[in-house]
Amino acid sequence: MAEITLENVTYVYGKGAPYEMRALDDVSLTFRPGEVTGLIGHTGSGKSTLVQMLNGLLKPDSGRVLLDGKDIWADPKKIQEIRFRVGLVMQYPEYQLFDETVEADIGFGPKNMGMEPEKIKQAVARAAQFAGLSPELLSKSPFDLSGGQKRRAALAGVMAMEPDVLVLDEPAAGLDPGGRREILGRIRKYQQESGANVIIVSHSMEDMALYCDRVLVMENGKLVMSGTPAEVFSRAEKLIAVGLDVPQITRVARALREVGVDIGLDIYTVKFAAQRLLSGRITHES
Amino acid sequence: MKADIAFGQYYEGNSFLHRLDPRWKILFSIFYIVVIFLAKNVFAFALLVLSAILLILVSRIPLRMILRGLKPLIFIIAFTAIINIFWLKGKTVLVDWWIIHIYLEGIINALLIVVRVVILVAGTSVLLTYTTTPLALTDGLERLLSPLAKIRLPVHEFSMMMTIALRFIPTLVEETDKIMNAQKARGADFSTGSLARRAKALIPILIPLFISAFRRAEELATAMECRCYTGGKGRTRMNILHSSWRDLAMCLTLCALCAGVVLLNHFAPGYTLAM
Amino acid sequence: MSTIIKAEHLSYSYPGDEEGQSVQALRDVSFSIEEGEFVAILGHNGCGKSTLAKILCMILLPEEGKLYIDGKNMTEDSITEADINDGRRKVGMVFQNPDNQLVATIVEEDIAFGPENLGLPPEKIRQRVDWALKTVGMTKYARHAAHRLSGGQKQRVAIAGAIAMRRKCIIFDESTAMLDPHGRKEVMDTISRLNREEGITVIHITHYMNEATMADRVLVMQQGGIIMEGKPTEVFSRAEELWQAKLDVPQTTELLWHVRQAGYDVALDIFDPADCAAEIARALEGKTHGGNNT
Repeated sequence: MAEITLENVTYVYGKGAPYEMRALDDVSLTFRPGEVTGLIGHTGSGKSTLVQMLNGLLKPDSGRVLLDGKDIWADPKKIQEIRFRVGLVMQYPEYQLFDETVEADIGFGPKNMGMEPEKIKQAVARAAQFAGLSPELLSKSPFDLSGGQKRRAALAGVMAMEPDVLVLDEPAAGLDPGGRREILGRIRKYQQESGANVIIVSHSMEDMALYCDRVLVMENGKLVMSGTPAEVFSRAEKLIAVGLDVPQITRVARALREVGVDIGLDIYTVKFAAQRLLSGRITHES
Repeated sequence: MKADIAFGQYYEGNSFLHRLDPRWKILFSIFYIVVIFLAKNVFAFALLVLSAILLILVSRIPLRMILRGLKPLIFIIAFTAIINIFWLKGKTVLVDWWIIHIYLEGIINALLIVVRVVILVAGTSVLLTYTTTPLALTDGLERLLSPLAKIRLPVHEFSMMMTIALRFIPTLVEETDKIMNAQKARGADFSTGSLARRAKALIPILIPLFISAFRRAEELATAMECRCYTGGKGRTRMNILHSSWRDLAMCLTLCALCAGVVLLNHFAPGYTLAM
Repeated sequence: MSTIIKAEHLSYSYPGDEEGQSVQALRDVSFSIEEGEFVAILGHNGCGKSTLAKILCMILLPEEGKLYIDGKNMTEDSITEADINDGRRKVGMVFQNPDNQLVATIVEEDIAFGPENLGLPPEKIRQRVDWALKTVGMTKYARHAAHRLSGGQKQRVAIAGAIAMRRKCIIFDESTAMLDPHGRKEVMDTISRLNREEGITVIHITHYMNEATMADRVLVMQQGGIIMEGKPTEVFSRAEELWQAKLDVPQTTELLWHVRQAGYDVALDIFDPADCAAEIARALEGKTHGGNNT
């Protein structure tokens, strides 16, 4: 399975123009296979630029992007192959649907890869299953699906390419709580079953806390924090300082410590907080 | 950021030209174009060049902006220049070799035509597009054409269409960019293969783009309805256009320019444009 | 205080697909909204809340039931185009997608669009536009190009466009759904300021629970009907029912619910982290075990 490494990557928008902006500033990091990595940062922190680096939609001004140790720009003509190995689901991906049937649309990527029709069918069926689209939906027009189904069809369109790395930019944006849970849960499940390297970009702290193994925090084109959700969220001050929020429950844990009920600061989900609080493992000073 | 296209590029400012009434500006531009085409004599052209320089100075628009606007025309300019150089016959032969005959008159003529195109584009863009917001432009046009509404031409509807088109062009350009990236990420290839193949490769972009445009149009129509839009009837405008001393001054200057060009055409010595 | 919106037994179905099955989006919805209130309507996607919003703005006509705007029955047969326009002067709407509701390229010209439609004299339009810009804190951006603004700023322009018509009531149809947390806060601050300082009635349709906690009253919708109604504290205390309606509760409430399940006597209607911590500490301290520990 594939590992993606950024080596001192810098990218500047509008070079020389008055609005020149350093979107990525000497960023080095590694996305490891077998885990879900969350990339957090507010709008303009550089996270969307970084995402487009990973599959070669953008080319770094300096530095290298390595896929399993090989520079993806070593042969620019083969960038297409990189895009098949690193699947990118853009923000509001339902806008990319175009084909006559859901099945054909999901099969668009695999077809471009030159897969055999028989294999395409299998890949589509598998991806649809991962995305939670029932088989009878496959023959429908993608434009007849509901909002949540469209989103999942677009997701399946990338999953069907069976990429080693799956990158998702705000996969749950605009969905209601049920829809968020559904799609993020399916992504998590896909990662567990395929062993792929999954990268989720989001600004929802709550979602990141629940679904990621590791969290990276970006600010002003730089990587400022990284670690497990517990490690990152236990440093709430730093997160707030870079203009991000922490889950409400993390704030409760801090407030609890102040009133003398210490359940630790590494709290980021309600279940976890409740466990700590109620299993008697609390240090209760009174 | 990529969505900045050189379409109706308005340059923020508060110069004399910026503050002219858009209705007048449209008329001035037409007048200016007429004057440019009136010029035949070299000295008349010199006067035009002077006027264009003055316009640029008064507008306070950086020269590189104007040059950037000329860039797409390089091919046309070069083409007309070459045609003139090689095909125009005159008295003074400069080069006479094999089938190539170049005359001095040809070169002068080519130069004048290049100057004419440059002034035409630079002058009108400074006078109109660089110094007038697209909205003021459609607004001015609507009011200039408003007498036509009496003979039941949909002048208001036309100008509303223009306004909305101007508003949505950047949004749709951005969207095209996004859809292209999304399809590229799925391995779509837009740059190789035969023409037919490339045209076919556009389908995954065009369909989502059309669908999105229709959806936007529908939502916008609802939003406009909610904002009590019922067509042009009974509608007023926030900005009323006032003619001021500036418009009068500009009008007189252009008339003087026109007179100057006509006089120079008739009485000045020197080369006169052949085409 | 008077009633600005009154809905009586509203029902609506969308025409069906090829099989001819119509989809019932609203069933027997009744409620009334007083002037100056801040009401949140909660519900998951497809619960009928957007259909309701469209009916309140008279974009859709209900199949059954009556709708009164400021005392006038808008569902009568005798209603005219002019009456509907009159209703729309009183009740406005801000939509979800900030890009699809701005008509003009320049911020202030977009805000002027509504008042221009009303046929007001130019100097009056100018006054209203300036006031609206100031109220949403966008005066600095008056001459900016709308498409270059951030999502939150675009929504504030849309809000300015809605209030420039001097409306009594504004409906926000998931106006925060497409924004990032920063933009969301920007818009929510603006909405609550409009309600508090300008006395504008607000109906905020959302699926963000913490936004609903800011309201005076919450309506919860499921399958086209209203299933709960009350103050935020009352509604969020009924955590199980909300979960059943595929909705969330604030994390504070969720934690307190766990604490209560463990047999402690705690209130559920607390949304502030510090208050929540205090409540838990108090409960643990007091050891008020209910005894029904599972």
